[in-house]
Amino acid sequence: MKNLFSTRSKESLLVIESGRTEKNYWADLWRYRELFVILAWRDLSVRYKQTIVGILWAIIRPFLTMVVFTVIFGRIAKLPSDGSAPYALMVFAAMLPWSLFSNALSESSISLISNANLISKVYFPRMIMPVATIVTAFVDFLISFVILIGMMIFYHFVPGWQLLLLPCFIIMALLASLGPGLWITALNVKYRDFRYVIPFVVQFGLYISPVGFSSKVVPEQWRLLYSLNPMVGVIDGFRWCILGGDSPIYGPGFLLGLAVIAFFLWLGVSRFRKMEKTFADII
Amino acid sequence: MNDIVIKAETLGKMYTIGHQGENGRYVALRDVLVQNARSFWSKTKDLAKGKPIIQGDTMEEVWALKDVCFEIHRGELVGIIGSNGAGKSTLLKILSRITEPSTGRVSIKGRVANLLEVGTGFHPELTGRENIYLNGTILGMTRAEIKRKFDEIVAFAETEKYLDTPVKRYSSGMYVRLAFAVAAHLEPEILVVDEVLSVGDIQFQKKCLGKMESVGKEGRTVLFVSHNLAAISNLCTRGIVLEKGAMAFDGEATRAIHYYTDAVVNSPKQDMEAPVADSDSVRFLSARIMDAGGAIVSSVGINNPFSIQMKFQVPKHIQGTLVPNCHFKTADGLYAFIVNAPDMKPLEPGIYTALCKVPGNLFNEGMYKVGLAVTEYRKTSLRVHFFATDFLTITVIDSVFDNPLRYGYGGPIPGVLRPYLEWTVDKTDMAQP
Repeated sequence: MKNLFSTRSKESLLVIESGRTEKNYWADLWRYRELFVILAWRDLSVRYKQTIVGILWAIIRPFLTMVVFTVIFGRIAKLPSDGSAPYALMVFAAMLPWSLFSNALSESSISLISNANLISKVYFPRMIMPVATIVTAFVDFLISFVILIGMMIFYHFVPGWQLLLLPCFIIMALLASLGPGLWITALNVKYRDFRYVIPFVVQFGLYISPVGFSSKVVPEQWRLLYSLNPMVGVIDGFRWCILGGDSPIYGPGFLLGLAVIAFFLWLGVSRFRKMEKTFADII
Repeated sequence: MNDIVIKAETLGKMYTIGHQGENGRYVALRDVLVQNARSFWSKTKDLAKGKPIIQGDTMEEVWALKDVCFEIHRGELVGIIGSNGAGKSTLLKILSRITEPSTGRVSIKGRVANLLEVGTGFHPELTGRENIYLNGTILGMTRAEIKRKFDEIVAFAETEKYLDTPVKRYSSGMYVRLAFAVAAHLEPEILVVDEVLSVGDIQFQKKCLGKMESVGKEGRTVLFVSHNLAAISNLCTRGIVLEKGAMAFDGEATRAIHYYTDAVVNSPKQDMEAPVADSDSVRFLSARIMDAGGAIVSSVGINNPFSIQMKFQVPKHIQGTLVPNCHFKTADGLYAFIVNAPDMKPLEPGIYTALCKVPGNLFNEGMYKVGLAVTEYRKTSLRVHFFATDFLTITVIDSVFDNPLRYGYGGPIPGVLRPYLEWTVDKTDMAQP
């Protein structure tokens, strides 16, 4: 065995072995960043092809939901808003992270099976796929952010310094969807049942998350339990950033939400990596 | 030159397949319910543990690949041959990292690119230009690389005019051309090609083969899986035969093909029954290839004679002269020659056996296809009564060691024929330099 592999660049030597945990998994992910970019770009440019209003869908959907919620919760049920903020603005400040989360979750959870032909034909770190679809959800988010600015102008609402912290909560929303998204897309490869679970979870989640109402409506003794829903923390954070001090964050609940997000992220990544190797065999 | 780029050691891949049990002889609703409940329970248990769930209640382990060891050197063109289910595609999948082996290990030096079934990764809604970038990146090119080769790719595909049209509007020919053009401009150290040549028309296949040949000449390693033996014998320098997941043969490509045709394709007998019949014309009954001793064979030594025997029936009186003839083609379909039986007289109704004797030292080594026909020659016209195209195959085998023409050279000698001709080499001038 005298220096069989030493004649050419040593670093390009690749060893494929059963159960070999790749030491350079994350480096590999970085190496495939161009594929990541191009897959995200593909999803984006294909997303609204053959539709009439095209990208406007990213505005219409959250806007109409916001109108309905404002009418039902604000006018009919007469729930209180956060401080002085207009009810519509308060709903929309929650609508933004919620649609970011739900789009990212539902897109990423079917990302692997809708790209089955690629998975079974070519190698790349599979994690690229669900993460790339989250990018499209993020772009939709940016577009619907325009409405928020429009509404702020309409209501003459000036945000405080807190708005600068908004990116932190955007990242939090993305991570909150990435964890379950990774787990479910991996499960989806073998058990297509999970394809039907996600629309249900998303629909359900819209009502158990404080989207149409302020989380202050929830009785104090249930507040901590309610914060187990990771989106509670994210939505409260968004409201705090956008509406300013009128909508303070509930500290213990927020930390609990962070812990839940971290747990799901760990679960998603570890399950995904465990199942990743067999995707091509069973998809 | 001699460095190893791929090294596989005791490579194996096992799949677990579940079967429905045979124990359900008395199928009652209660039993079905109990069984379903039980399997539901075990599934949930597996799911909770994160183990893969196997459908069915008995499990079988199937080794798609077992104990495969080989070393491939830089610049080698390796053909992987085997019948369906022999493990060829599994091997390529492991090499291109799509799936993981169950046992053993492979060390690979250099970038591996997988020439996918043409057009995988194309998106119908995207334009030709966009798809070039998409497909190129999927195949492993960097953006800069694609940009550099973009014009070349477009020129190769001949689709300049439709670059900004969604590919779903393309004709299938354009689609395939574009897809192949992208793949053809890949520059990996190791190229893995699986059955791409089975799609597309003959012209396209030729283009593929030509490109692969040039890739090989550039010193890159090519692994090529195909059922097209001719393509393998033309392109590859080395052949690996897989049989039921195990290595059956590893060596020079034409030899591997011989091994494969003898052991796998022609395994029962080279004696075939006639396929079609027609009422008023001469009927083809059967044909076989025999060696000098009269035994049915599928391969023959290069200097041994063999004969082609064809049985046919003349059902009624036929006006013209009936002439049996043999059509010899190379494995890749090139016509070598056609021979007619000479000096034929008109034939009475009855069953005939024609024997065509082929001398030794006529064909080159390799596989040949033999078509059989009977043609009726009239004064001004001719009529083909039957033509069994490529009906028989014969593989001509050369022995490196006791062939007086080879002088110990072991490599392939190009050409359709390799006759043994009379030579004289005499000294005609006494002059000293």
